[in-house]
Amino acid sequence: MDKGGGLMKKQWFTISVYAENNVGLLNRISGIFLKRHINIESLNVSKSEIEHVSKFTIVVNTTEDWTRKIVQQIEKQVEVIKAFYHDDDEIIYQESALFKIASHLLFDERQIQNIIKESNSQIVTVSRDFFVLAKTGRRHEIDEMHDALEPYGIMQFVRSGRLAVSKVEMPISTMLNNFQLDK
Amino acid sequence: MQTVKEKKKEANSSTKIKISGAEAIIHCLLAEGVEILYGYPGGAIMPVYDELYKFQDKLTHILTRHEQGATHAAQGYARVTGRVGVAIATSGPGATNLITGLADAQIDSTPMVCITGQVARHLLGSDAFQETDIIGISTPVTKWNYQVTRAEEIPEIMAKAFYIAKSGRPGPVLIDITKNAQFDELEFSYEHCTGIRSYKPVPTPDESAIDAAAKLINSAKKPFIVFGQGVILGHAEEELKKLVEKAGIPAAWTILGLSAMDSDHPLNVGMVGMHGNYGPNILTNECDVLIAIGMRFDDRVTGNLETYAKQAKVIHFEIDPAEVNKNVKADVAVLGNSKDTLNMLLPKIKENNHEAWHNEFKEKYKIEFEAVIKEELHPTKEGLTMAEVINEINNVSQHKAVIVSDVGQHQMIACRYSKFKQSKSNITSGGLGTMGFALPAAIGAKMGAMDREVIAIIGDGGYQMTIQELGTIFQNKTPVKIVVLNNDHLGMVRQWQELFFESRYASTVMSNPNFVKIAEGYEIKAKKVTERKDLKSAVAEMLASKDAYFLEVKVEKEDNVFPMIPSGASVSDIRLK
Repeated sequence: MDKGGGLMKKQWFTISVYAENNVGLLNRISGIFLKRHINIESLNVSKSEIEHVSKFTIVVNTTEDWTRKIVQQIEKQVEVIKAFYHDDDEIIYQESALFKIASHLLFDERQIQNIIKESNSQIVTVSRDFFVLAKTGRRHEIDEMHDALEPYGIMQFVRSGRLAVSKVEMPISTMLNNFQLDK
Repeated sequence: MQTVKEKKKEANSSTKIKISGAEAIIHCLLAEGVEILYGYPGGAIMPVYDELYKFQDKLTHILTRHEQGATHAAQGYARVTGRVGVAIATSGPGATNLITGLADAQIDSTPMVCITGQVARHLLGSDAFQETDIIGISTPVTKWNYQVTRAEEIPEIMAKAFYIAKSGRPGPVLIDITKNAQFDELEFSYEHCTGIRSYKPVPTPDESAIDAAAKLINSAKKPFIVFGQGVILGHAEEELKKLVEKAGIPAAWTILGLSAMDSDHPLNVGMVGMHGNYGPNILTNECDVLIAIGMRFDDRVTGNLETYAKQAKVIHFEIDPAEVNKNVKADVAVLGNSKDTLNMLLPKIKENNHEAWHNEFKEKYKIEFEAVIKEELHPTKEGLTMAEVINEINNVSQHKAVIVSDVGQHQMIACRYSKFKQSKSNITSGGLGTMGFALPAAIGAKMGAMDREVIAIIGDGGYQMTIQELGTIFQNKTPVKIVVLNNDHLGMVRQWQELFFESRYASTVMSNPNFVKIAEGYEIKAKKVTERKDLKSAVAEMLASKDAYFLEVKVEKEDNVFPMIPSGASVSDIRLK
């Protein structure tokens, strides 16, 4: 994954960590970033395609050199099965966001309906006082929608961590099977 | 007390034996071959201490005078024996007092298992008396940690703890056990841990990397080996010697690599690093192939990375993949246990002899000898030097002693001038630089090697950081030899103040108590030497003593340790004065 000359240039990397689902591991992993003063831009933890195996998806904006060192340190942790890092071209990724907006705006501001249509977002719920929009997409798409809605007033906004799958294989099952065979 | 096996034998063989979690902990320790552990009791660990009382004929518990002392004693024991050191403490302050020892063991790759008591499960998170989040606190300084809240978890977790502590690159593990888990009963059975699916302790060596390394070594004109503790931890001392001799390569040790090779081996060219020898430092920047074995390119070894061995091809033999390319880019990385990889390498190495290159080290040694060593070992001035004390110890101990040093000037002098014949004989706090390490570590080292002479070399500053462990020596009649090289200063900091802060001695002058009286208060034979003429007989008397012995030597107050690579400078800019 070494792109040669780009090692020292800051860019976006998505780190995928496959790990045993244990209490305390998040603390151990976040400490690795903390120690090096590298900010976690986004973090998502969920189950993975393998039973009892969690997947951490961590987004950082730093150099490839640092990213590689961090991934080595993460992988060193006893409960981490394997860690990978990818740049944006090597993954398929999405983020989700929810916007809570006052209901009257839906009727008072024509433009809101256009934003909903153009942004390809969904209305999750509508009540007397507010309605909730859900948007899934790339970060800049969510940012654009946020900017468009902001002048009208957003009651609450929240965005998820990045979700990503790699284009190439991440052979975790093979690794786990090999462990069983080794035994 | 009976072991579980014996109990089972007596009971009907089909009935399962139920025991308390606390007793299970003892059986786990016994199953792991633990004979001795260091600790300090308190509320949340009392059930375990109650079992330790019952099992005192099978398992020796050494009461230290502070939990930090327990960790360093466990480290000293681990470093001298190669086995896992064990320390135990209560919750809250007992647990937090372990942190320095854990951090030290983590950075120096020492296998250690620490057990802490914790408040009962139902009290967790309630700010109960002596509750502290020791898992959170210890996470950055442990290889692994785990909080046990149910008795039935104990056997599996303890087995994992020992396996993780000693496998691969060793390190400290902390197991926090709530009080209810100590009281509750479980059906006990024990199985050693042989693998964890997410954890690969030893990478499989890559044959092509071995080939590439052999090719570089065979074609090198000025090869240079720098080896570290990985040789000792990997039991690769013989393989290293074979490589050095077969290929005729000068070899230098890092501070933690000391004693992995005979000090007097003709190809041993001394120590690299900030206060290492002149030749190996300066010639790092003249070799054509740098062969790093079981070392991690610490900043105290490399100085400025921008000017470190840039001319050389670097081969890195390393067990921990995270160390590869961390500080110094390796042209060839050979992952694996050093014993295995060196054994794979050896048949591929051509016999060679780099005499002219080796002579460059000898020339550099002559320069260092004239500029530094001669005056250190055979001073013409009145005041005693630290090095002449070490030299006298070498003479009497015949290079057979275990040297446990603390941190500071005396440590650098001890590491520069001590002579070794046997591996695992140099115990010092290398990575963390923990003042106060040596006295308790020497206790553990002595208990791990009762047949060997164990000599602690300590400064007047560090000595007073863990001086309370004299009580442990007193209670256990541990025959360690304690040498305090007293310059009435925090010498290393004072040296830096002199060199880099225009001699403003901020808080580095020490008014010291009567150390001899203090030792005598603990009924330890004690002597103070202030003049050269008394040194020889005092060292002889100390080493002839069958009991513990305290020797204070008043040394020159403002001596500096040289050579020295100033912080951030290049290894080429090593100063002789």
